Amino acid sequence: MSESTLAALAAQLKAKQISSRELAQQYLDRIAALNPALNAFITVDAGKTLTEAAAADASIAAGQAGPLTGVPIAHKDIFCTDGWLTTCGSKMLHNFVAPYDAHVIQQFKAAGMPSLGKTNMDEFAMGSSNETSYFGAVKNPWNPAYVPGGSSGGAAACVAARMAPAATGTDTGGSIRQPAALCGITGLKPTYGLVSRYGMIAFASSLDQAGPMAPSAEDCALLLNVMTGFDPKDSTCLERDKEDYTRDLDKPLSGLRVGLPKEFFAEGLSNEVATAVDAAIAELKKLGATTVEISLANSKLAIPVYYVLAPAEASSNLSRFDGVRYGYRAPEYGNLDDMYCKTRAQGFGAEVKRRILIGAYVLSHGYYDAYYLQAQKIRRLIAEDFNAAFKTCDVILGPTAPGTAFKLGEKSDDPVEMYLNDLYTIPANLAGLPGMSLPCGFDAKGLPIGLQLVGDYFSEAKMLNVAHQYQRATDWHSRQPEGLL
Amino acid sequence: MSLSTDDVKRIARLARIETSDAEAQATQTQLNNIFDLIATMQAIDTRGVAPMAHAQEVYQRLRADVATETDRRAAFQAIAPAVENGLYLVPKVID
Amino acid sequence: MKWETVIGLEVHTQLATKSKIFSGSSTAFGAAPNTQASAVDIALPGVLPVLNKGAVECAIKFALAIGAQLNRINVFDRKNYFYPDLPKGYQISQLAKPIVEGGVLTIVVDGEERTINLTRAHMEEDAGKSLHEDFHGMSGIDLNRAGTPLLEIVSEPEMRSSAEAVAYARALHTLVTWIGICDGNMQEGSFRVDANVSVRPVGQAEFGTRREIKNLNSFKFLQQAIDYEVRWQIETLEDGGRIEQATVLFDPDTGETRMMRSKEDAHDYRYFPDPDLLPVKLDEDWIEQVRATLPELPAAMQVRFQAEYGVSPYDAAVLTGSRALADYFEAAAKACGQGKLAANWVMGELSAALNKADLGIEQSPVSATHLGALIARIHDGTLSGKLAKQVFEGLWEGAGEVDAIIEARGLKQMSDSGELEKIIDEVMAANAKSVEEFRSGKEKAFNALVGQVMKASKGKANPAQVNESLRKKLTG
Repeated sequence: MSESTLAALAAQLKAKQISSRELAQQYLDRIAALNPALNAFITVDAGKTLTEAAAADASIAAGQAGPLTGVPIAHKDIFCTDGWLTTCGSKMLHNFVAPYDAHVIQQFKAAGMPSLGKTNMDEFAMGSSNETSYFGAVKNPWNPAYVPGGSSGGAAACVAARMAPAATGTDTGGSIRQPAALCGITGLKPTYGLVSRYGMIAFASSLDQAGPMAPSAEDCALLLNVMTGFDPKDSTCLERDKEDYTRDLDKPLSGLRVGLPKEFFAEGLSNEVATAVDAAIAELKKLGATTVEISLANSKLAIPVYYVLAPAEASSNLSRFDGVRYGYRAPEYGNLDDMYCKTRAQGFGAEVKRRILIGAYVLSHGYYDAYYLQAQKIRRLIAEDFNAAFKTCDVILGPTAPGTAFKLGEKSDDPVEMYLNDLYTIPANLAGLPGMSLPCGFDAKGLPIGLQLVGDYFSEAKMLNVAHQYQRATDWHSRQPEGLL
Repeated sequence: MSLSTDDVKRIARLARIETSDAEAQATQTQLNNIFDLIATMQAIDTRGVAPMAHAQEVYQRLRADVATETDRRAAFQAIAPAVENGLYLVPKVID
Repeated sequence: MKWETVIGLEVHTQLATKSKIFSGSSTAFGAAPNTQASAVDIALPGVLPVLNKGAVECAIKFALAIGAQLNRINVFDRKNYFYPDLPKGYQISQLAKPIVEGGVLTIVVDGEERTINLTRAHMEEDAGKSLHEDFHGMSGIDLNRAGTPLLEIVSEPEMRSSAEAVAYARALHTLVTWIGICDGNMQEGSFRVDANVSVRPVGQAEFGTRREIKNLNSFKFLQQAIDYEVRWQIETLEDGGRIEQATVLFDPDTGETRMMRSKEDAHDYRYFPDPDLLPVKLDEDWIEQVRATLPELPAAMQVRFQAEYGVSPYDAAVLTGSRALADYFEAAAKACGQGKLAANWVMGELSAALNKADLGIEQSPVSATHLGALIARIHDGTLSGKLAKQVFEGLWEGAGEVDAIIEARGLKQMSDSGELEKIIDEVMAANAKSVEEFRSGKEKAFNALVGQVMKASKGKANPAQVNESLRKKLTG
């Protein structure tokens, strides 16, 4: 597959060098060829895709094309898509055909971007390896014996394998950034409140954010332009003037102060990742940046805080899955109570059940102060660390994950070991700050390494600028896994 | 913090997730490991720190009091496990 | 052993908004099942709540009307439990920081005024409905009601009898309908009372264990339920038993309370602030705007009625039983300028006729203006009380204006004293025996003669005139 940026594809479409239908068909063919081995998609519906593409072509012909009209995109199966199966990676929704579109989906439809299908994910977004999906694990296109990361593993894999030029993901504790790093693509989690959560099946409401996943930062900037914007249906969505996230891409980096949190370069970080990130730092210095050591002293508490808050909110958000109005209902049961208990025992996987139990426990009578309230307080301390840091730097840089992709099954027996994958990504979710991952190298096994940028609130344009300049000077983001087809 | 199997069963009951004794035992170990992880944050002195629920200091937006929704019963009930006469059916509710 | 009853009431009032508290669905009563249940109401995956401004305004109005504290920042919490009429598996309510705290309500019991303190009032959403009629062993769930805005109003446990509790409930009912935040329709479930009841030996400071009687939707049931529960608790304690905290239901057919059959031990609701909603902020400008829309309240109106229209305190209380009634009375009183007469007619003849026809004051076929005109004709002597009743009937039937009815039916009171003298003479002549009896001391005979005069005049004689003239002729 030739390397085509979104901008390039859009230009080709506008110049009528290719039609949206033809383009979509190319991707559908590639999906048909690759998905059996990679399992990146849960649902593909060529008929629907081509119908949407035809509409895009009509729009282009009528001279009404927008910046990305006709460019197809894959959507994480966490977004409700009207008339499409929307499973959230769970048996609980294995038969749920959504009767409405998520706001984000409406935005992509309005932008004229046909859907290539729904990508696989960890069940209810709970996971860091895409191994908890009811629909089977996703394989890392760089080496199918390895995980792609999670929970947006399917999205990351499909972009890495060029089964789609871009995908939407969601990030609650790192679920866009970590799979982006493990799959060698670029992914961005916006400032909390920038993108509507309406129609995005909720995991942890105060942490969840949707974001773009694509090969490059420039692609992500174009996608962010589509995904942001006020939605009155989401009370936590902020009312702000519309921004063009591509506006600063070409700014030179001279004078940029890059903060390096010493806690992100300490024990637990693999040598190979550290080396690659150091090389990236050197590259940025060549581009005119300076570095400053900062400290995010409370970031080591991010994981325990997250594993109180996220399960707590999830335990409540997932109570609606009870077999009454939609989704899975146990085939046999006695009374009402029995129906609830069997439906939920059978419909949820082990990791989801674990988190619901933790969540119910930390909210239960007598424990609220010690756990939930305490976690919310430490959350403020974590956010304040960032506020202080941004007084001395413009953007924070570090590794996205402590290592590269691990083997399927390697960590799935020990939940805690799995949770430690997210130690660098979780702090930004807790603080509500934007974060992104971009490729910066490979390990000895040929598995991708990602570096993370964390910016101040609403500084996405600046982060994309830094990433874009880095990607102009390097080509990690253009690499593709070989031998797939 | 150490959960007993009884604790696990009680929480599973609260969460309406059927859990056998064997499952409760298996989960108990895993949950206790997770609670060990969580325990590190409990000792932190947070006196005087305000809990953080939202990143920005913003307040709830209010919606005008107008009926805007239309009847979508047919579409919504087409995907329901059991309906009759427009009602969702569940095992008899006893007060 | 002498026992004291302790009662606190929690009243759920459905707010009279057009749409639901967190979704844009209509709140109109009586729609076909699940036709007013949007994606948000049925808790589809991915949906989110957005707060209805009208619901908040209702809460603000209530706080202002009872002199309560309005919490400028208030927060919604999730109350987590499983029930089929609760689609999300949690109810959005307010626990730690409710919108209203404190406030007082004045009640009148046996003619005595008392002040009851309120603890708090908070906004929350109503649940759907379970239909227990058999669907071959299943229950049917209707979510039309799910998401209707409620204001839960909690009193301090200061009531000491079922009479006080009913007086409080009535006063609260009057107030919330008066200020227009609730339609007060108890049959439709707009105003539901939970009663927390306990007993303790007189003189004991500690409260006894309370039981909660849920979902009482009539004042009669409220009184019966409390009376039964108090008797039951006292009997249980006197028999050496203990009261366990429980939630009970009242069965109107048996007149008894019984424990709810769900074996749930005390619910652990796992309250936490709802992360899908932001804290609600009330600014001073908005509060003042709402304050300006508050109508004159019943208490103030009673004082004014007594001063302006000369009605008694008792009458003022009755006439301010509802805003519609008070407005009607005032319009009628203004129309005729006779406050006391207007009060008598509204509370007497009009109320009787409305009750008989099962109509509310809002549906009165006789308008306040017409009643005023009628009273004016009594006051100016055109009509006697008796004749006026006939005119009233004419108005009720829609026969037109007061004067037209008088004319058409010949109901004018006899004003010609000459004609009256003539009739009296004729009656006296035709009833010599009664005249004889009166003159020999039988007062009763007088009434018989009066009756005859009225009959002869076809009711049109002015009774006072008849009295005067007849007595003059008999004694003179």
